[in-house]
Amino acid sequence: MMEWESVIGLEIHAQLATKSKIFSGAATAYGAAPNTQACAIDLGLPGVLPVLNTDAVRMAAMFGLAVEATVAERSVFARKNYFYPDLPKGYQISQYELPVVHQGHLIIDLDDGTTKTIGITRAHLEEDAGKSLHEDFSGMTGIDLNRAGTPLLEIVSEPDLRSAKEAVAYMKKIHTLVRYLGICDGNMQEGSFRCDANVSVRPKGQERFGTRAEIKNLNSFRFVERAIEYEIERQIHLLEDGGTVVQETRLYDPDQGETRSMRSKEEANDYRYFPDPDLLPLSIDTAFIEAARQALPELPDAKRERFMGEYQLSAYDAALLTVSRDLADYFEATVAALGGEAKLCANWVMGDLSGFLNKESKDIGDSPVDPSQLAGLLRRIQDQTISGKIAKEVFEAMWQGAGDADAVIDQRGLRQITDSSAIEQIIDTVIETNPNQLAQYRSGKDKLFGFFVGQVMKASKGKANPQQVNELLLKKLAG
Amino acid sequence: MHDKTIAQLSAGLAAGKFSSAELVRALLERIERFNGTLNAFITVTADQALAQAQAADQRRAAGQGGPLTGIPIAHKDIFCTLGVKTSCGSRMLDNFIAPYNATVVEKFDAAGVVMLGKTNLDEFAMGSSTETSYYGPVRNPWDLDAVPGGSSGGSAAAVAACLAPGATGTDTGGSIRQPAALCGITGLKPTYGRVSRWGMIAYASSLDQGGAMARSAEDVALLLQIMAGFDPRDSTSAEQPVPDYGASLNDDIRDLTIGLPKEYFGEGLDADVARAIEDAIAEYRKLGATVKDISLPNAPLAIPAYYVIAPAECSSNLARFDGVRYGYRCAEPQDLLDLYTRSRGEGFGSEVKRRIMIGAYALSAGYYDAYYLKAQQIRRLISEDFRKAFTEVDVIMGPSSPTVAFNLGEKVDDPVTMYLSDIYTIAVNLAGLPGMSVPVGFAKGRPVGLQIIGDYFAEARLLNVAHRYQQASDWHTRVPAGF
Repeated sequence: MMEWESVIGLEIHAQLATKSKIFSGAATAYGAAPNTQACAIDLGLPGVLPVLNTDAVRMAAMFGLAVEATVAERSVFARKNYFYPDLPKGYQISQYELPVVHQGHLIIDLDDGTTKTIGITRAHLEEDAGKSLHEDFSGMTGIDLNRAGTPLLEIVSEPDLRSAKEAVAYMKKIHTLVRYLGICDGNMQEGSFRCDANVSVRPKGQERFGTRAEIKNLNSFRFVERAIEYEIERQIHLLEDGGTVVQETRLYDPDQGETRSMRSKEEANDYRYFPDPDLLPLSIDTAFIEAARQALPELPDAKRERFMGEYQLSAYDAALLTVSRDLADYFEATVAALGGEAKLCANWVMGDLSGFLNKESKDIGDSPVDPSQLAGLLRRIQDQTISGKIAKEVFEAMWQGAGDADAVIDQRGLRQITDSSAIEQIIDTVIETNPNQLAQYRSGKDKLFGFFVGQVMKASKGKANPQQVNELLLKKLAG
Repeated sequence: MHDKTIAQLSAGLAAGKFSSAELVRALLERIERFNGTLNAFITVTADQALAQAQAADQRRAAGQGGPLTGIPIAHKDIFCTLGVKTSCGSRMLDNFIAPYNATVVEKFDAAGVVMLGKTNLDEFAMGSSTETSYYGPVRNPWDLDAVPGGSSGGSAAAVAACLAPGATGTDTGGSIRQPAALCGITGLKPTYGRVSRWGMIAYASSLDQGGAMARSAEDVALLLQIMAGFDPRDSTSAEQPVPDYGASLNDDIRDLTIGLPKEYFGEGLDADVARAIEDAIAEYRKLGATVKDISLPNAPLAIPAYYVIAPAECSSNLARFDGVRYGYRCAEPQDLLDLYTRSRGEGFGSEVKRRIMIGAYALSAGYYDAYYLKAQQIRRLISEDFRKAFTEVDVIMGPSSPTVAFNLGEKVDDPVTMYLSDIYTIAVNLAGLPGMSVPVGFAKGRPVGLQIIGDYFAEARLLNVAHRYQQASDWHTRVPAGF
């Protein structure tokens, strides 16, 4: 049986978070009524001209610096010519021969704990097209040009990826990075972050690439993984059955879990690229690049390293906490408010807080419990006012808007019982009411200790200090 | 008063000799009378013009406004005008009313200049005779059998026939200078980037430049003063200060060195045209200028390079006319491809289609290097020729066109001969330089134009050089018989 190796490259389209479009002053906000955010330039009326939004350039430069790429001093906008109803000018303004960013790289973590460097061939600026709406028009097509002219950064990787898992790891890393940089909201449902995957297979050991298929418009990590896995299998089966892979564009159908041919290379458009004469070549000087560098935040890898050192967190915890800038900021604010106890903070942020956020599909920024409130709760665990178990109950109340931890604890009488005589009283009652169990325990059935702890905690409504309960119970049971 | 220059009319308005409303009414009557013959206007905006004229009169009465407040002009129907049809001479845009003004139109409006209407042109400015217009050909007021040149033929004919004292034009390969020459008027194509292209419907974006057409250099200076300037809406417009073009009109030209490129006086140049040009050069000698023979060795490559670059850009610029959002749409399209092919097939004329096909071919994979890239290399060589020439001379002179106006129908079926009509003007567009055409006599009863080419942003110098000649001659004051 021949062993196969898959070769994958990704083209990621990240919508840049500019306020206005890349070549016009129209707003880029998502979800407006059709064609209300398209001005004369976006509509491609005769006589209109594009003017480049420098904010998009700044964002592209920040990305370039973050992946240690070259930010080109001179790059050129080109026209990609093709007819489509939602492409108002009959061409898309993109960058072709000279992109604004080239030759960068990114390090991804693999499942076996090792890392791998993935080359980034280029990243270029371009405008998005509008949207064709095929439903609701009884056999006709509706055109919404709100998205036309939205700035995109197309990030093209080298064919360095060798599995669907690596591809997803790379895409996730880029996703984290662009959100850290604040240049893309990363919203995949709204199409702000999507990718095309180039997939080919070759016999292991062969240097030459196999013929590739391009899977278009993948807009979730899950789809990327499944589509690539399916495509690899399809190509291997095809080749093993004596067939050949054709170079073509394919679409992934998530319902059927398969990729399907869209058009082959023979039918492919000749885009007749040429430099756009309406736009001067884009020149970026050192001052512009330096300003972009100054604006760079601490990047995910650096932050993760710092968390491991500064807070003594494991690599796993540090990686989880730095997956987004907001989450990392929340964690740090909690530690600062509490004045230490990083591990405790990390557990709560990754545990209960993330659990509630996920359950309600909320972003960390929308958490009803802010870092100082969470710290207030953790302080009461620390000073033994409440147990960790009771804290969970308090947190839920806080989440539902019952106020700060202290208020909840007081209102509900959840303060931990640390008075030894009070605990002893409870223990005595429990022992009295369970003579059989006591006898068994004393005759050597040690396991029943847990039973007594449970009964005491139950009787104290969970408020008795667990450590004191253990100590006192041991003594009393011994008789 | 119809045969007066803008400068004279401006003085008359200032002195209260007549009102803008009276002037506009008189010109509207002339347009009514002669446009049937000339077909210079596609749209006449009579009501709007009278309202603008009255507003201008009020401004002047209040002691406000500038020298051109109340002066009527015509706009080439390639400049978008808010609320008034902008057809570009094409069936494709016969129903198009722009929701905005071109920067040039906006600037004239702000200066209180009155718009009489929109002038006829070759379809999408593609042509040298104004015969490719969907609205029919324009006739030359000097000889109704002759073409006015093109593509700004409507503007040239309107000014020559005194239907308007001035007009806007655009020049991609000679479309201001060649019709100015063939109609015996003065026209200036400014440096690329001097006048904003916002709202000017694109033919070939890297070559298109708006300019002015009038009877004298002095008038052209007045018009350019308003049109010129940086526009943030046009990334290719120049952030260069605009000088006072009137201030230097009378400057001495005794220190002037004129270059005569031998390539502009060779085979293909009509002998009678050559004689008129030589007479004009002699006049410059008399005015004290020095004349020097020069060479622009790559000039003969200008036409082939142009007919790759301009169609390439046009094939892309005109892709937006697809029948989807505005403009002509074919009846009952069966599917998307049918919508595209019939809307474009029926909406565009044959010259436009020819250039779209040439351009699409030149940009195709496998041909791009041989055509488009090669043409761009030639373009650089041509610019370099001019750069060298301007280290030796101040201006370059030669004929604007190799012949006088030809007859209607004479060249329309022979595109290559038609293209040669722009043999002396096209290199200037490829280099992005300013160029003028000034009337310097007649040959075979039809006007001859002298082309004056200057260095980048040397419009003031060109206007000065043209004005001094016009002070010593009266060709520019002639009015065709019957008008």
